[in-house]
Amino acid sequence: MTPDAGVTGANATPPVGAATGIVEPILKTDKCTIRFGGLVAVNELDMAVLPGEIYGLIGPNGAGKTTIFNLLTGVYSPTSGTIEFERKRVDGLRPYEIAALGVSRTFQNIRLFPSMTVLENVMTACHIHTRQTLADAVLRTPRYERDEREHEEFCLELLEIFDLARFRDEGGTSLPYGNQRRLEIVRALATRPRLLLLDEPAAGMNPSEQDDLLNLIRQIRDRFGLTILLVEHNMKVVMGVCERIQVVDYGKSIALGLPDEIRNDPKVIEAYLGD
Amino acid sequence: MPRYARNLLVAFLLLAVLYALDYFVFDPGRRMISPYVARIVMLAGINITLAVSLNLINGFTGQFSIGHAGFMAVGAYSSAYFSVTRGASIAASLGDGLIGWLVALLIATLIGAIVAGAAGFLVGVPSLRLKGDYLAIVTLGFGQIIVVLLNNIEAIGGARGYSGIPIVKSFFWIFLVAILTIVVVHNIVQSGFGRALVSIREDELASEAMGVNTTRYKVMAFVISSALAGAGGVLLAHFDGYLNPKSFEFIKSFEILIMIILGGLGSIIGSIIGAIVLTVLPEALRGFAEYRMVIYSVLLIVLMITRPQGLLGSLDPFKGWRARRRVKTRTEAEEITAEDTRDKDSVDKATLGERANETSLGEGDKRR
Repeated sequence: MTPDAGVTGANATPPVGAATGIVEPILKTDKCTIRFGGLVAVNELDMAVLPGEIYGLIGPNGAGKTTIFNLLTGVYSPTSGTIEFERKRVDGLRPYEIAALGVSRTFQNIRLFPSMTVLENVMTACHIHTRQTLADAVLRTPRYERDEREHEEFCLELLEIFDLARFRDEGGTSLPYGNQRRLEIVRALATRPRLLLLDEPAAGMNPSEQDDLLNLIRQIRDRFGLTILLVEHNMKVVMGVCERIQVVDYGKSIALGLPDEIRNDPKVIEAYLGD
Repeated sequence: MPRYARNLLVAFLLLAVLYALDYFVFDPGRRMISPYVARIVMLAGINITLAVSLNLINGFTGQFSIGHAGFMAVGAYSSAYFSVTRGASIAASLGDGLIGWLVALLIATLIGAIVAGAAGFLVGVPSLRLKGDYLAIVTLGFGQIIVVLLNNIEAIGGARGYSGIPIVKSFFWIFLVAILTIVVVHNIVQSGFGRALVSIREDELASEAMGVNTTRYKVMAFVISSALAGAGGVLLAHFDGYLNPKSFEFIKSFEILIMIILGGLGSIIGSIIGAIVLTVLPEALRGFAEYRMVIYSVLLIVLMITRPQGLLGSLDPFKGWRARRRVKTRTEAEEITAEDTRDKDSVDKATLGERANETSLGEGDKRR
């Protein structure tokens, strides 16, 4: 198995060269396909995301971007083909199992827990790393106290980094829209992932919010040493932050390359602007 | 004093208070209160156990179970069977005194809870794997099946009812179980486990994406809820020493459901109040017994119109207390927010991005 087998797959353009090379991809799909009845939503998709990169997945509306996300996070199982995370097969696993392996995500339409406070929203995501058992919780053992305190401190630190700690006791969904998006990212980070999937993080944002978002995404990658996979159809965000971009249309990969290559790719222009 | 020691102390104090009340107030020999009032207070205690346990699955986990009486019946009948067949001999082997009967009662309670919990597991595993309202349908069916079974098993009295169960009309015991139920449910809800349960209620997809094994947690909550309902059933079985399948029909499940809806789904204190109100109310309405269900229904409709979240919504008084302990950090946060609002008018380019960040999308849309 060659490391860049994914990017040289049937549907993709030749590898980018310097960016690929000898590194083993952290996330790899091989001829991943999903059918809903007669509709082929994702068609033999090959993808290879390298550790530490910000990888963009773009395409026009209805191209299958979110479906790909749902495949990667276990919401759907592929009809055929495989998905590997850190060389481990993850297709067919349930979402919580994939989360436990180190893949976390945000949602296109923000999905915070409405009745919980900001802090509780984030603490819920510490679930994978919890050491308290049910008996500890019921009997309020010292282990429970320690566990809760550790999670609270960890989450507050995270919130502090994103300047949200001052809202800790506010309701999560009572925050302004931009902060809700950020809170959702904090919550995803609280699972301590190695791969972060952002589903249209710029959706509903105005241009200045988008600029903040670009910086934020870069900061997250550098600060936490993450790999970030981004689904987006806002060209400005994608071009501004992604190091490599893959374009999908009708569930098929039509182009893969550096932002500049994608910008000038006739197939991409055609997909976006029509014939 | 370490928290753990303090909790133990509180527990001992509580036991002492319960025992004192039992000894000085509820002892029939002392004639402090009429047997009628004592009976209603104790029935309220049993109903608190049932309502709070149902709230764990319906209120906090958001899975709609409407067969609580079924689990209660399982607990009641299994413990009654144990008490009738083995209770006396176990008590006798320990000297037939108070200790002997307490041990027998303890074993009966554990048996009731475990058997009801096992029934909950069998019902929960297939139905909670699915998202949606399947649990409601399955628990409804379960409640019916249990009543049919009870009516037809002669060993436990069949349709005639099961009599000869040792009677334990103990304020102490009933409220011990009720308080244990409250403590268990409260401690579960206020823990990482509880956050997982509430996250399932709020958004199952997001919950699972954050690493919560939703099926496992739903089943665990359901089993605990069923087991506690079973314990409530044990209390009822030994309260009058007589059980009848009729008292576990759908209407009983419905009654418990009304208690928690009245008090507020997701509020333990609400369930307690709901249970007390719906125990006392039928007694107060004794004069119009035939209109009871009509009054119930009207009450519920009025409640749904005026206060759909229940009397207390999702209030948790202890949560408020915890938040007040952090009041300092909160005030600081408010000051910061206040400052932010003040300079909202000054068009400072550096903070423009930040400002825009805090303008909600809804507002933006309105302006356009």
